[in-house]
Amino acid sequence: MTTTQQLVPLRGVKQSPLEELFTSGHRTCQGCESALVMKLMIKAAGPRTIVLGSTGCMYVANTTYYSTPWVVPWMHTQLGSSGSAALGTAAGLKALMRKAKMKDEPINVIAFCGDGGGADMGLSAISAALTHNEYNLLILLYDNESYANTDIQVSGSSPWGANSTFSPPGTLHRIMNRRWKKNTAGMLAAGHPQARYIATGCASYATDMMNKVRKALTIGGPTFMHTLDPCPKGWDYDPMYSHELGVLAVQTGIWVQYEVEDGKITLNGPSKVLARGKKRLPVEEYLKRQGRFAHFTPEDVAYFQSQIDEMWEKWWIPGVVPPGPQDP
Amino acid sequence: MTTETRVGPLETEELISGSEAIARACALADVDVITAYPIRPYDTVMQFVSKLIANGELTCEYIVAESEHSQFEIVKHASAVGARVFTGSSGVGWFYAFEALAVTCGLRLPMVAMVGNRALDDPGAFGCEHNDALAVRDLGWLLNWAATAQDCIDTAFLAWRVAEDPRVFLPCAISTDGAFLTHSQQIVKVPDRSLVDKFLPPYDRGKFQLHPDNPITIAPQVNEDWLMEIRRQTDAAMRRARDVIIEAHQEFVDIFGRGGDPFLEEYMTDDADVVLIGMGTLALPLKVTVRRMREKGHKVGFIRVKWFRPFPGPELLELLPRFKAVGVIDRDYSLGSPLNGGVLFNEVRSIMYSAPERVPIIGFVAGLGGREITIPSTRQMFEITQKAADEGGTDQELHWIGVRE
Repeated sequence: MTTTQQLVPLRGVKQSPLEELFTSGHRTCQGCESALVMKLMIKAAGPRTIVLGSTGCMYVANTTYYSTPWVVPWMHTQLGSSGSAALGTAAGLKALMRKAKMKDEPINVIAFCGDGGGADMGLSAISAALTHNEYNLLILLYDNESYANTDIQVSGSSPWGANSTFSPPGTLHRIMNRRWKKNTAGMLAAGHPQARYIATGCASYATDMMNKVRKALTIGGPTFMHTLDPCPKGWDYDPMYSHELGVLAVQTGIWVQYEVEDGKITLNGPSKVLARGKKRLPVEEYLKRQGRFAHFTPEDVAYFQSQIDEMWEKWWIPGVVPPGPQDP
Repeated sequence: MTTETRVGPLETEELISGSEAIARACALADVDVITAYPIRPYDTVMQFVSKLIANGELTCEYIVAESEHSQFEIVKHASAVGARVFTGSSGVGWFYAFEALAVTCGLRLPMVAMVGNRALDDPGAFGCEHNDALAVRDLGWLLNWAATAQDCIDTAFLAWRVAEDPRVFLPCAISTDGAFLTHSQQIVKVPDRSLVDKFLPPYDRGKFQLHPDNPITIAPQVNEDWLMEIRRQTDAAMRRARDVIIEAHQEFVDIFGRGGDPFLEEYMTDDADVVLIGMGTLALPLKVTVRRMREKGHKVGFIRVKWFRPFPGPELLELLPRFKAVGVIDRDYSLGSPLNGGVLFNEVRSIMYSAPERVPIIGFVAGLGGREITIPSTRQMFEITQKAADEGGTDQELHWIGVRE
């Protein structure tokens, strides 16, 4: 398995393959954007792919015995094991192919994890996987910003102040989650200079997301993607607004679309336009549509806005590289 | 330093440790994926493995993981695509991997692991205790205890053979007493690759192989609808393992010319009145004591349990009733268990409930944290057991041996 598959970039959503490899049989919520990420991910990757799924919504809600939606081979892995699952699968295939115990061909290996499995528990195994240049694999973190499968508990990737079953607003403490969301993709890009491709994405921008999957699978070596997935259940909004909330997350500047290819950082799509100076929408436009922020006072919204402003005005690269040493 | 004497065209004799013996087995078995993570004392096997790879004597994917949990997860997934795998750990490292250890059985994925038995510190201790490997005894791991470096290499071949048999498809751990086996050299007969190839067929995952040509879904959510049936299937696999072990041992004897009984090693038990039972390297001082006591006319013997899972219940039930008393030595503890005895003690007592006559069974907890089980302490255990035989029973069924009170 010295080479990767040839997957050409799509010039629009109409060019995407018609074949569905993530099909009926799952029981995700109406409006679940993570399910859309799965569908687009495997549509982009194609049939010669093995998918490993760590514990979370996309395991429990997707793969009920006797009704799997996966047309490709799929295997569960433990909550903190997406990195190890990708590594073990890729290493097993490589060993068998180079010893001629299996037909030598490029097989895509994708392991996915939620924000709990990726940004929290599985971080060290993902980090380890990204140091193994000899294996071709993609780890995709689908981020719905809480442990959504277990009842919406706060994770290290939840936004500041969000209401969750582990951080409910109360009479003494209005804000129970006082941690700012981790910069997971930026941290992994900074920490693994030899990983050739690290990107963020959002299913609201489907072609961009699929092309990023294809680039991650064809560039060679271990790669990482982080998608922001609006979650009607965890974010508390009408399922019909999932697409719109993904767009708002990007246009308010809260979620930054970018890719790091061979160490070169590029902001994509609307994020690139914002970086050139286009006015960002106020974060309130995004926050007020979600029940998880319903307890916010104007001061809370202002604090949230100030953090986003700082990211766009003071960071070396918004959403990716934090401020450097100040000028003397 | 290795001294080498050629003893036959298909075998060499070498002075190597238990760890090195298992590393050599990895090369001879053509293992595909190996994962390492440092913890004493098992890690010596990976030091030998890495040297074999560096010298071109072993070809495999070799991954130094970032934790024991990842170590076991990586080989688990490699096994799912059809790769022969090896890994290992010790003490709390084994426990760090516990989640992976548990699910590997339910997934029915063969894997061979070496456990360099070590105390579960804190308080800090590198020495041998069996509680690490024994912790998985209820989950579906095949568990074997080696007594010599020769055992290590022989058991490794048996382990892959049994674990990868489609009737079994379960993980197998080879327990090697920390320091006594991992770090001590003995003369070992190392077979030629051709003999190993004859004994050990390639691992064939068959219709369960995860591959685009076989697009199956592994480990979906089954919940109360199916989990009980699946547990029952795993139980059936463990039961079938008994026959597979017997079959494999017989073929091992045919090909390699050594091996003996699959489950138990008996030492001077034929006309014995009292016997002691134990696992691992304590066999050595026990055998010395048996010989010395026999010189003075005491009818004593020793039984070493080789496979702990599946447990040699039928064999012990057939064997033990003819003795006047039995002592069971545990290099482990099971706090708050029946009679506060060790794990092996309770297992032996449990199987002997079905015996037509009740033989007095005494439990000994000894050698914890790597404390040496000495010749005098083994003699003390024989004397306590003999006393129970003479008196037809005892008031004290459990003794801690060699402990400062």
